[in-house]
Amino acid sequence: MASTTAVVNNSENLWEGGKSPFKVSYGKLMMWFFLVSDAFTFSGLLITYGLIRYSHHAFSGDTDNFIFSYDYWPIPEKVFNGFPLLHGVNAPLIFVGLMTFILILSSVTMVLAVEAGQRMDRKNVEKWMIWTIIGGTAFLGCQAWEWSHFIVGTGVPTMAKSFVNGQWVEFAVYGASLSINQYGPPDFAALFFFITGFHGFHVFSGVLLNFLIFYNATTGVYDRRGHYEMVEKVGLYWHFVDLVWVFVFTFFYLV
Amino acid sequence: MNTEEEPKVIVQPVNKERIRKLLKVAVILGVVTFFEFVIAFTMDSGPLRTAIFILMTIIKAAYIVGEFMHLKYEVKMLMWTILIPMLFVIWLLIALIYEGGSMLNVQ
Repeated sequence: MASTTAVVNNSENLWEGGKSPFKVSYGKLMMWFFLVSDAFTFSGLLITYGLIRYSHHAFSGDTDNFIFSYDYWPIPEKVFNGFPLLHGVNAPLIFVGLMTFILILSSVTMVLAVEAGQRMDRKNVEKWMIWTIIGGTAFLGCQAWEWSHFIVGTGVPTMAKSFVNGQWVEFAVYGASLSINQYGPPDFAALFFFITGFHGFHVFSGVLLNFLIFYNATTGVYDRRGHYEMVEKVGLYWHFVDLVWVFVFTFFYLV
Repeated sequence: MNTEEEPKVIVQPVNKERIRKLLKVAVILGVVTFFEFVIAFTMDSGPLRTAIFILMTIIKAAYIVGEFMHLKYEVKMLMWTILIPMLFVIWLLIALIYEGGSMLNVQ
């Protein structure tokens, strides 16, 4: 008889077909590959942030004396210190901490939905998917407030200089857009909108997908199919969205 | 569609151990995030603080990818297929941050 050393892949049988690479289904493997490509895209954006940020001067001196200026990169906790309904209260990074908490919580509810799906427990899949959708929508609402607060500005203008027609012209900057920025160099605002916007777009599409899968679950599609693997696949996407936020949060708001 | 009988689906009971393990990971993520905030407000900004933040973020990423996305329990080669390309990302990050710094020095 053949030796009993463990041979995991008998080459003959592999070519016979019927085996899946990495022992996962087609859909799950393709979702992983898509997530790798999406990770590259987000990495490109975040690395660009690193490049542009370190090509600007940093603020030197006591953080208490910090004011906004085009000349140096802003300190994030001085920029992101608002909180909805608490006008004028200085709450550095509190709101973004809440957003992070909401998104991580929605990831936990997602994982519980996946776990329920593996037991064919439709009622609990529905319950946890609803909570995940609510969490994602709450995050999007928070992000919308953050954007509008960022765009409108604090009401106190920053003076900036621009070289127009051969001479330096001073002008007052209120709020932020893709081309002007009250909080620091315009690049900061542009990168903020691009990176958080692209991420928010992923959260939005994730919420839509989650709702679609939730709807399918309620009408019994997965019971008839015999497995809840679709919940796992959108779960992978949702965790990826959470993972990207963890990185965006670190690089934009903390570093 | 209503003339078909809905298939009999047998719901398996909850595995308390598994749920507890998932919730434990969730608590770990929360605790690490909390410490990130503590460090953000108590430590002076600089390369050491940045390095600590990146380390904590990688720890969180490892838990999310390994436990929530279940990658730790998949075929090992799948895990490497996903992680090894990330080395390129890390290389690019280090290279371009250095570039940014040298752009600043040239000005």
